[in-house]
Amino acid sequence: MYDIKALYEAESVQHAVQLLQEHPEAQILAGGSDVLVQVREGRRAGVELVSIYMLDELRGVSIDDEENIRIGSLTSFSHITNDPIIQKYINVLGEAVDMVGGPQIRAIGTIGGNTCNGVTSADSASTLMAWEAVMEVTGPEGVRRVPIKDWYIKAKVVDLKPGELQTAILIPKESYDRCFGHYIKYSMRNALDIATTGCSVNVRLSEDKKTFERVRIGYGVAAPIPVRAYTAEEFLNGKEITEENIKKFAETVLEDINPRDSWRAGKALRKHISVVMAERALRESISLAGGVVNG
Amino acid sequence: MSKKYIGQAVTRHDAHDKAMGRIKYTDDMCDKGALVIRVLHSTVANGIVKKIDTAEAEKVPGVVRVFTCFDLKEKHYFPTAGHPWSTDPHHQDICDRLIMTDRPLFYGDDIGAVVAEDEVAASQALRILEKSVEYEELPFVLDAQEAMEEGAPLLHENYPNNVLAHTEIHMGSVEEAIKEPGLTKVEGWYETQPVQHCHIENFICYAYGEGDRTVVVSSTQIPHIVRRVIGQATGMDWGKFRVIKPYVGGGFGNKQDVLYEPLTAWISIQLGGRLVKLDVPREETFICNRIRHAIRYHITSWMRPDGSFAARTFKAWCNNGAYSSHGHAIAAKGLNAFPQLYPCDNIDGETWTVYTNRSVAGAMRGYGMPQASYAFECHAEDCARAMKMDPLEFRRKNLMPVGYYHAFSKNELYSDTFNQCFDKGAEIIGYYDKVRKYANQTGDIRRGIAVSTFWYNTAVYPIALETSSCRIVMNQDGSVQFQLGETEIGQGADTAAAQMIADTLGIPFDMVHPVSCQDTDVTPFGTGVYASRGTYTLGFSIRQTALLLKEKVLEAAHQFTRMPVYNLDLVDGIIVRTTDGRELMTIGELALAKLYTTDGSQHLTAESTYQIKSNAYSFGCCFAEVEVDIPMCRVRLLNIVNVHDCGQVINPILASGQVHGGQSMGIGYALSEKLLWDEKTGRPLNNNLLDYKMSSFMDHPRLVADFVENYEPTSAYGTKGLGEPPACPVAPAIRNAIGQATGLYINELPLSPHTLFREFTDAGLINDPWAEENK
Amino acid sequence: MDKQYKVVHCTINGKKVERIVDVRASLTDMLRNDFRLTSVKKGCEVGECGACTVIIDGEGFNSCIYLAVWAEGKEIWTLEGLIGPGGELSDIQQAFIDEGAIQCGFCTPGFIMTSWEIVNSGKEYTDDELRKALSGHLCRCTGYENIFRAVKKTMLRHLGKFEEAEKVNSQGITEYPEPMPFK
Repeated sequence: MYDIKALYEAESVQHAVQLLQEHPEAQILAGGSDVLVQVREGRRAGVELVSIYMLDELRGVSIDDEENIRIGSLTSFSHITNDPIIQKYINVLGEAVDMVGGPQIRAIGTIGGNTCNGVTSADSASTLMAWEAVMEVTGPEGVRRVPIKDWYIKAKVVDLKPGELQTAILIPKESYDRCFGHYIKYSMRNALDIATTGCSVNVRLSEDKKTFERVRIGYGVAAPIPVRAYTAEEFLNGKEITEENIKKFAETVLEDINPRDSWRAGKALRKHISVVMAERALRESISLAGGVVNG
Repeated sequence: MSKKYIGQAVTRHDAHDKAMGRIKYTDDMCDKGALVIRVLHSTVANGIVKKIDTAEAEKVPGVVRVFTCFDLKEKHYFPTAGHPWSTDPHHQDICDRLIMTDRPLFYGDDIGAVVAEDEVAASQALRILEKSVEYEELPFVLDAQEAMEEGAPLLHENYPNNVLAHTEIHMGSVEEAIKEPGLTKVEGWYETQPVQHCHIENFICYAYGEGDRTVVVSSTQIPHIVRRVIGQATGMDWGKFRVIKPYVGGGFGNKQDVLYEPLTAWISIQLGGRLVKLDVPREETFICNRIRHAIRYHITSWMRPDGSFAARTFKAWCNNGAYSSHGHAIAAKGLNAFPQLYPCDNIDGETWTVYTNRSVAGAMRGYGMPQASYAFECHAEDCARAMKMDPLEFRRKNLMPVGYYHAFSKNELYSDTFNQCFDKGAEIIGYYDKVRKYANQTGDIRRGIAVSTFWYNTAVYPIALETSSCRIVMNQDGSVQFQLGETEIGQGADTAAAQMIADTLGIPFDMVHPVSCQDTDVTPFGTGVYASRGTYTLGFSIRQTALLLKEKVLEAAHQFTRMPVYNLDLVDGIIVRTTDGRELMTIGELALAKLYTTDGSQHLTAESTYQIKSNAYSFGCCFAEVEVDIPMCRVRLLNIVNVHDCGQVINPILASGQVHGGQSMGIGYALSEKLLWDEKTGRPLNNNLLDYKMSSFMDHPRLVADFVENYEPTSAYGTKGLGEPPACPVAPAIRNAIGQATGLYINELPLSPHTLFREFTDAGLINDPWAEENK
Repeated sequence: MDKQYKVVHCTINGKKVERIVDVRASLTDMLRNDFRLTSVKKGCEVGECGACTVIIDGEGFNSCIYLAVWAEGKEIWTLEGLIGPGGELSDIQQAFIDEGAIQCGFCTPGFIMTSWEIVNSGKEYTDDELRKALSGHLCRCTGYENIFRAVKKTMLRHLGKFEEAEKVNSQGITEYPEPMPFK
């Protein structure tokens, strides 16, 4: 039994917006794998909740008129992993969310919840950063879109205004076209864990597969919010695929990341692993894109 | 006695009901109307409770009562260890706990309790109450050796320097022995970490009044001991309590302590016998029940050129947490084992058990031997390397020899157990090929293989009372029920016992029914299950009682067959005339006839107690094969093989299950598990199943278990302990395998990425050009 | 504030039911207390141990972090639902018994539910996939070994691979190829 003061069940997105306006103190409840745990812990005890879990209109993956991949915010991790559109265009996202917790958590956990809680360790976040996702937000003023680089404001805070909820995550065609990526989750055990740090890399190679046309790299737990390592990306864009460039790229990520010391892991370990992951995720991405490393 | 069922992989008696989900554990039995208890825990690591304002908490709708440490009018200090009582006051466990205390000694100590109509009201009141406690905070200490220093905070007045106990052993003269020329000195510090049992059913109990007594239903390994301790804790006669043990969802030693039964019984009494339930949340199970002792070791050996030991010293500091629980027994077991595993004429050993302001350490699978085995077997590996000997050959040369006799316990090594286990394990895993193949590797990803052994003895003779009692009751159809004080907690004790009874009495296995749930009003006295004693100790009373019953059965058979008793036998449910093998009547016909006869009607039953005055070594080994990803600071366990000599295997499938469970616990101990406290506040950091890393399904390779069966001559059925031994050799085997792969032999657990990163960096295996600036 | 209740209609173990539930209740609370389906176990109440796993619309969920009101319109299966009218066990339950996959039994109901989902999926899982599919459950007794064997054998039998199923033995030493540079 949860210490919930009141539960308001939304029957549509518009109804959810209305409920959030009527109950400004209320917290949005999607799958609940974070919120309910926090209620039990006491951190959110006595909370008012607006449950959007029953809104099936927010579930599913499609390609919209603008050729964006559109992922409904309530789509569960397991459904993302098994979705043919995801598997065809952005398989790395399916792989990344397939590393969240265990299967039962992946059945209840939603990609919207994973990005709205503003947590840096979210397994989807580094990949969505690296693929320049766009958040679709619906509120009293209608629908607006927020590029993911502007989404995370600070730890556990995202760009959601009163009365708003995230309704979809979009991956623009320019972002996924001819791109191949790989995610590495670094954690203390192989299941039922949160990322100590995580790294998602994707590449678009030149026609002859010898040059990096565009490289993007996103991190979780390398800073208070998910981040890109732009300096490393800029270094590599347009460069040839060589051992030397790969190594240099990996070390350059340190210019942009700033992991901290905590009892969960030391800063030095996180930095070290970040560099190793950058190199390995890049190599795997090159291989997926059909590239080979020269010299 | 035929061996028709002993040694067979019969299905455990409760498997069917467990697979159906209809087995009742404690919570499943409790009436829904029970009031809910939540315990108020200290949020300081050391202090004095000055005041608790209960007014606001009492106003929460649904709250029935709030109790605080100040409501405890009579202070009855009590022990909690699941040890047999001793009539010698000097041999009794330390009484240092109260149901609630105003002098909390660790973060999580029990200072009050809320009783409410439902869990939400209870948790609301608890949160309010936590904020209404006024403490005088005192300095605290978390490390055992720091706690022994002058000026360290003192936890218990009668224990200067926080030393609960200190014992020594001396053999020969180390001082003289090390004068021998040509010796090689090997010295090491070995550090083990605190971990928790993590049985999937948390501790839970409930209590209610019945007549002028209180009934307590508890998820425990030790119902009869629980009854005694509730009596001690409440200052009431022991017989005023009745303790019932339903099916238990795992114990591993945590439930070999008295946990919250006294508090729950006391609250029920305060409320006039109302039904109250205490279902301990997982977070509190981690820190407010018991944990495994963290023990620090220092071992030095002086080796002769031929690889034999000239002299050895051993020191251990055992972090006991805030209360005594099992006291010095766990540290003493390691000290006791040291001169036995690798015998040497000249030994100095000493060990301290030390109070600190951490969660209370108690019994946990292996009872100090996983820790000691880690130290012993890391050190043995280090000695072998120093002498440039093959680690396995080094062990064969120096381990306890066949015929070794230990005067105090009267244990004797009757068989060539160590070599037999090594040979079998080495063959299964392919040790000799792999150890050559993995020598001198370079590169980022390397493999290693290694072996480890351990020392273990079954049961607690002669340190404490060893007794077991059994009752067997025959039904009209010749089937029987039996009852034992040794509890079924998942290990399969009831099934092994039923196999013994079937063979000894001479009836089919499916006619033997365990009464699986102990009830101190009904069950014959027994101290419970611990020390891997179950199968060994219950065997004695079972055999004695089954033979008593058989005697009665054959006497009855004489009445109906006219044959002399000495010409009769009971074989698989048939009364047989031994002279010609003729089957005279079935046991069902006999039992029916004997009960309803108008000439000497008798209900065929037997009950007896057997006091055990022996003990048995139970040895074995573990081989581990690992792959180390050096840049990632990660270890993947590729293969693991344990081979054990537990004497006669009663049930191979259950025995393998015990080994797998121990291997699994050992894998977590080796690679990932560690309880953490904040150094600044003494607050526990990772007391939940997400942040505490017990190994998951994906962290295990296939687990291989095998046996060497040397019939144990002291045992009623040739068997000896197996519950705990499999957990003992795993961590050092993995440590030694990582050593073979990387050249780094790390003396600290767990061998997690945190530890490996530090060690790899220090050793230059990881050499980040940019690392210096990070320091 | 007054307590809030809601009528929930759902199908549990093949039977249509309706109950008035406190909106604060978890599905574990509802199944254990209102329907006395006590195979649903509480081990952590935060979705970490898997002991409370039930199948909802064909997928395994931790019922402890699932609100009872969300059961509206759902089809829910617990271990009790796998038993035939005459008490017959399903093959996966029987395999847990036969392979010695049950010790204390507390994690067993949840494990069997996930296993039931696996063996009825019609998919042949590799060993690694099988471990991953079962990784949402913690067990401290068995080291997962005999559970692995029970599920693998039953899966193979469901796929008609009876001979392969019999070859899944209890002494599984694995030979690994030379280490790959990155894993």
